[in-house]
Amino acid sequence: MAQNLTAEQTPLIADLSQPAPIAALQDVRVGVVTFPGTLDDRDAMRAVEIAGGTAVPLWYADENLQNVDAVILPGGFSYGDYLRAGAIARFAPLMDKIIDAANSDAALPVLGICNGFQVLTESHLLPGSMIKNEQLKFICRDQGLRIENAETAWTARYEQGQTIVVPLKNQDGQYVADQRTLDELGAENRVAFRYVGGNPNGSRNDIAGITNARGNVVGLMPHPEHAVEPGFGADFSGAGDVDMRHGTDGLDIFVSLLERLTR
Amino acid sequence: MARIVVDVMPKPEILDPQGKAIANELPRIGLDGFSEVRQGRRFELTVDGEATDEVLAQAREAAEKLLSNPVIEDVVNVSVLDQEN
Repeated sequence: MAQNLTAEQTPLIADLSQPAPIAALQDVRVGVVTFPGTLDDRDAMRAVEIAGGTAVPLWYADENLQNVDAVILPGGFSYGDYLRAGAIARFAPLMDKIIDAANSDAALPVLGICNGFQVLTESHLLPGSMIKNEQLKFICRDQGLRIENAETAWTARYEQGQTIVVPLKNQDGQYVADQRTLDELGAENRVAFRYVGGNPNGSRNDIAGITNARGNVVGLMPHPEHAVEPGFGADFSGAGDVDMRHGTDGLDIFVSLLERLTR
Repeated sequence: MARIVVDVMPKPEILDPQGKAIANELPRIGLDGFSEVRQGRRFELTVDGEATDEVLAQAREAAEKLLSNPVIEDVVNVSVLDQEN
């Protein structure tokens, strides 16, 4: 069954007009929130579609989650990073709904990428916070990550301990938390991703991403949505050599979620 | 009209990369008397009337809820800056 794509959505390479590999995945509706200053909403929506799901655009000022099955808070500079990254977005009308749904018995899966991760910490859905990179430089590079917890809603398709490579691009990426929180994260296996091949920003314990206790809320600084499509991906892969921009290690983040919700 | 000032500083145990960069720069411009720099923020909240207890309480709430992030920052001062009658 062909999807109806607008001209803007017409794929450059990936053929989104073909049926999803598994038809049931297409019934999963994943909302992607756009705040003023969000940059990576289109890429996140595209990643959801390439993984086989249905992406639903959500607007920060709305109060309606449109019955989505999961939510992605994408990267960018919401409110220009004024005050602190994510600090103002956290009070957007839609965020109240997302916070309630994530904390509810239904445990709405929520993924925060980069600025979205910062919004999740400001919302207290995840502990800790992000400060400026140790070297005060904006870092943009392909980054190795080790999957430390392959049981969350967003990482189940990976193997525990697997290395993946996805792009990293941020200014305020240094993860910090007090020692008690860091100990808790370690003891409860709530570090989902750790930097490998060098800590790019001074994050405590090489933490690149974390999960809440139930595994439905996950945040990470690097960008899996930028490594989902051959020709537009990373230059490296955790699985071995790939052609330039053919690294698609990030795709399984989105497939993990779709499979979890159709199980 | 009155102004309330709110000062926010990074927690002592949080490394302050911006302060560190400033501390490194100072000796380069010949100011070598300082062993450490920490950079915070100052907010000025203007109220139309007087800075009543109620308004000050609101300023404290704003400081805790929005102006600072308790994970990485401390509110070190909330006070009336000046008052014109």
